[in-house]
This record gives sequence, C-alpha cells and structure tokens, in this order.
Amino acid sequence: MELVTQITLNHYLTLSGVLFIIGLAGVMLRRNIVVIYMGLELMLNAANLALVAFSRFGVAPNLDGHVMVFFIITVAAAEVAVGLALMVALYRLKQTTNTGDLTSLKF
Amino acid sequence: MNWVILLAPLVSAVLITLVLHPLRKISAGVSVLACAVSFAASVKVFLADGAGSVSAVTWLDYPGLLTVTIGALTDHLSTLMLLIVSGVGLCIHIFACGYMKDDPGISRFFAKLSLFMFSMLGIVLADNLVMMFIFWELVGLSSYLLIGFWFERPSAAEAAKKAFIVNRLGDFGFLLGILGVWWAWGTVDFGELKNSVSAAALPAVLAQNPLAVTLIGLGLFMGCIGKSAQFPLHIWLPDAMEGPTPVSALIHAATMVAAGVYMLCRVFFILELSPQTLQIIATIGAITAIFAALIATQQNDIKRILAYSTLSQLGYMVLAVGLCATSAAMFHLCTHAFFKALLFLGAGSVIHALHHEQDIWRMGGLWKKMPITAATFLIGTLALTGCPLLAGFFSKDAILLAALHNNIWIFGVAIITAALTAYYMFRLFAVAFLGQARSAAVQHTHESPPVMTLPLTVLAALAVVGGYLGQQAYLGQPHADHAGGGLVLWLSVLVFALGAVGGLWLYLRAKSERVHVDIFANKFYSDELYQALFVNGQQLLARILDWIDRWIVGGLIVRGLAVLATVSGEILRLVQGGNVQAYATVFILGVIFLCYWVMVHLQHLF
Repeated sequence: MELVTQITLNHYLTLSGVLFIIGLAGVMLRRNIVVIYMGLELMLNAANLALVAFSRFGVAPNLDGHVMVFFIITVAAAEVAVGLALMVALYRLKQTTNTGDLTSLKF
Repeated sequence: MNWVILLAPLVSAVLITLVLHPLRKISAGVSVLACAVSFAASVKVFLADGAGSVSAVTWLDYPGLLTVTIGALTDHLSTLMLLIVSGVGLCIHIFACGYMKDDPGISRFFAKLSLFMFSMLGIVLADNLVMMFIFWELVGLSSYLLIGFWFERPSAAEAAKKAFIVNRLGDFGFLLGILGVWWAWGTVDFGELKNSVSAAALPAVLAQNPLAVTLIGLGLFMGCIGKSAQFPLHIWLPDAMEGPTPVSALIHAATMVAAGVYMLCRVFFILELSPQTLQIIATIGAITAIFAALIATQQNDIKRILAYSTLSQLGYMVLAVGLCATSAAMFHLCTHAFFKALLFLGAGSVIHALHHEQDIWRMGGLWKKMPITAATFLIGTLALTGCPLLAGFFSKDAILLAALHNNIWIFGVAIITAALTAYYMFRLFAVAFLGQARSAAVQHTHESPPVMTLPLTVLAALAVVGGYLGQQAYLGQPHADHAGGGLVLWLSVLVFALGAVGGLWLYLRAKSERVHVDIFANKFYSDELYQALFVNGQQLLARILDWIDRWIVGGLIVRGLAVLATVSGEILRLVQGGNVQAYATVFILGVIFLCYWVMVHLQHLF
C-alpha cells in the first residue's frame, strides 16, 4: 500500500508554514542579532517556497511565481549586504550582538 | 446757582487731589473756600425761595420705561437741609484747619472732606431716587475713606471696613425699594411720584399685591437703617469714631447719618401708604433711642458717649417719621446737627489739647483750663438734654407731642430716653469738665487756638437760637398751643431736671465709676452677638466652601485630570522599552490579529 501516492500543494504549503513559523520564532525569541537575521532569511525562503508551489500547482499554472521568487532572492541578497554591514558597524559601536543590550530605540 | 452748591466742593476735591496736595495750607484753604461758596449759594437759594423748582439734565432716557435725570430740586425741605449741611460743614471745615494742623496727611484729609460735602449736597439736592442712590453710595465711600483716614492704625482700618460693609446691607434694601417704586409707579422722579401717589387710586400692581406697598416702604427704610445706624445695623457708628474728630462731628453726627431721616421725609408720601411700615419705623426708632441711651450711660470714651447719644437722637427722628411727624423729625435733625456738631467739636478740642486722650476718667477739671470749650460744651449739653429755651427743648417736645397723640408706649419710651440723655450727658460733663484734674496731662493743658474756638462759639450760638429759628421754619407755630402741649412741656422739664440732677449728684465728686451695669458697658453684647451669629457663621460657610474648592474642584477635578494624564503616561511608557524585539513582537501580533480579523469579517469579499 502506498503511503504517499503524490506530493500535492498542501505538502508544500505545510512545509512553507512550518519554515515560516520556525523563522518567526527565531526572530521573536532569540537574542543574538545574527541568529535573528537567519530567522528572517528563513521566513523569506518560506515565502519563496509557497510562491513556487502556487506557480506549479495553482489554478492556472504559469511562471509569474518564479519571477516573484527571483525578485525576492535578488532583494534578499542586497538586504544581506546592507544588514551584515549594519551589524558590523553596530558591533564596533556597542561591542555586543545581544538585542537585550540594544535598548536605545525609545523616547 | 444750584449747580454751584454741588460743584464747588467737587472742584475743590479734584483740584486738591490732582494739583494742590503738596501745598498743605493752600489745600485746606481751597476746601474751606469751596464749603463757604456752597454755603453762600445755599443762603442765596434759601432766600430766593424757589419752592419746588427743579433744574435738571437728562442722564438716561428710555421713553416709556425709565427717565433718570441729574437735577437739583430746591423745595422747602432741601433748602433748609442745604443750609444745615453747608453751614455746619463750614464751621467744621474751619475747626479742622486747627485740629489737623500738624497731621502730615492734611491735604488728603481736606480732599476727602470736600468729596464728602459734594456727595452729601448731592443727596440733599437729588430730584429722583436713582440720583439720590448714587450720591448715597458716594457718601458711604467718603465716610469709609474718612473713618480709615489714619489707616495705619488697624482699628481705624477695621472700623472703616465695618462701616462700609454694614452700610452695604442697608443700601441693598434701599436699592430693592427703589426698584419696587419703579416697578409700581414706573418713575423714580420725586415730583412725578408725588403726583401719581396723590392721584387717589393705587396702580394696578399694588392694588393686587397689598403687601407690596409695605415691602417697598420697608426697602426704602432699610437704606435709612444702614445710613442712620438704626437698631439692627447700629454697630458701625460707635466704631466710626476711629476717624478724626471733625469727621465724627460732620459725618457721623451732624449730616451723613441724618441723610437717612432726610430720605425718609423725602419719600414719606410712599411710606404713608402703609400703616404697617410706619408702625415698624416708629418701633425701630423707639428701640434704637432707648437702647443707645442705656449703653451711653456706661461708656468711658468721650467720643463713644457722644456716638451712642447720636444713635439715640437718630432713633428719636426715625420715631417721629414713623409717627407721621416729619416736620418734627426734620426740626430735630436741624437742631441736633447744631448741638451734636458743637459737642463733637468740643470733644475734639479737649482731645486735641490732651494729646489724643479720650478717656473721660483721665480728664476732669477742664472747666478752669479751657473755659471757652467748657462753656460751649455746656451749652451743647443743655441743648441736647432739652433744657428749656435751648434748641433741643423745642424739637424734642415736638416729637414727644407727636408721640403722645399717636402711641402712648412710644411716648413712654421717648420720655425715659430723654431722662437717660440728661443723665449720661451730665455724667460726661461732671466727670470731664468739673471736679479735680485726674491726670498730669490736664495740669499742663490750655485753651485751643481761635480757629477752633470760633466755630465752637458760632455753633453754640446756633444751639441757643436754633430752636426759635427752626420752629418758624418747620412747625410754623409754638408747640405749646397744641392739645396736650402743656403736659408734654412740664413732663419734659421734669425728666430733664431728674436726669441732670441724677448725673451731677452721682458723678460730681466721683473718683471712679459709681454705677456698674455690665450689660450696658458691653453694649448689650451686640458686637459679640454679631460675631457669633454672622461672622462665625460666615466663617464656617467660608471654610466649607474653601474645603470644597481645595479638595473637590482643585483636587479632584483640576489636579485629578493632571494626575490621570501623568499616571496613564507612566503606564504607557512601560510599553516603549527600547527593545527592538519587543516592538517586533507587538508588530507581529498586530499582523496576526489583522489577518484573523480580515479572514473572519471580510470573508464574503473572497
């Protein structure tokens, strides 16, 4: 008896949701700013996975989802460059990567 | 001519205040001159005898509703009153030149005295109730300023405030009375009022409200109670003696306090409409007369004795008005102005010579040291106490006669008051002027300068002949011709003799007070009673209101709002901790909530 006959949209979407939640939990709960950044990337890739899945299994399958994914990857690459540079600058200034010590964003 | 009477003192007051006040002697001179001009003009108006003539300018004009004029009404009543006010005023102005000679504020004093003369003459000349009320208030103001002339003394400042506030009470009633008159007759002009009152039928509003005419009369009488210091509001007059003695003589004995009686005579045709009003007026007058006379028997301050005597005599006049004897009241007002001004100026002369000593038990033997003052004071005493052939005798008998014909009880009170008057005045005279000197100051004293004795002499002469002159002017015939005149004549001579002999016999050789009656010495505890009833009650109310203001309005409402804003700000501040992850968490929760909300509530759009 076949356990899995076919991989459907729901499998992709579930995986995408799980990845997104893991990324979200990392952003919300971790204190190290580099790990938070990794969580953010995970959330982006969860979204990419959902887009690609819709592109393949959607009501009218086409390449629109792929285009969207490429955009996201490009923007994420640029974002990584800027984000890592910010993190280095921040570390030089504060000698820490712990968000618990970075509380100057208040009135 | 009428305007000269009114405006001369005003010009003097303004000139002294604005220009002349550094020049002390010239200020005094200008004030005396202004008073003399008023007196001369008054004499001219009196001799011209323009009976009932009015010269008026319209001040407020609302056709069909109210017309108020500023006018000068010169009739029989006002021309005589003008003569008294400006004549006695002139004597007192001259006396004050000597009395106030060394006072640093002499210019201020004469400016205020001129302001007073202006206000008082305004009351006398007023041709309508509104104008009278305005000058009535001006008189209250200048009285306040002059009682508090030595304002650096706390007692003088307190007395000035007391006089002003107590007078406000009476004035409020007066104002209500004026409004009532306007409501009922639609005019405040004396001439028009007199015509419409005498035109038989009452106005419709009064015919429907029989009580209203009584209330209007009582309202007008309230003004008199305040200004003439009648029984419930009498408390300010004795304290008003804190002012300089010429002020006591002019304002608080001869003229201003008589304004109440003058006003009653002016509006008598309205009071007359209600027998109840007249009854109340007569009763209040009688109570005041005997009440003040009893207190006067136990006072030791020379000016306070005279002040209570003034109260008592004002009670006499009001009593006479209540008994419909207005001409007797005005007659007594006139003679009283002469001899009470004389007595006060005599007291002033003594006080001046003794360097502001007012206790009669520290005087004594002044007869030898100050012969002119003592002689004129004796004449004043005799005139006041009703010694036969002097001024007070005639006017007092006129009132007694009216009382005998109207109300035997009031007659009894008046007779007893007359005996008491003789008693306390001769007590005063015996203690202060006769016997031995009781203090070192008396040994070294000497007669006052002519500028002070001259007015005394003039007033003494008036106190002697005032009775004969006034009788012609006011009554028109010798009083003994009336029925019962003989009885009154002999009875009044008898009580005069009784009182005088009693006073002299008890006090001629007295070293200290012979008779002790605490309730009289303490003025029937009226100040204490007022303290307990009104001052303390008002203090309690003030404290409650203060508490409400402090805790409810200020604390709960005003500061409560501020506290609410501060506390909620403090709580909300905790949300903004500066931790980026906390912000992100809130943001994410918000997004989740939005997603949920959109999916649940906007389902139908998909």
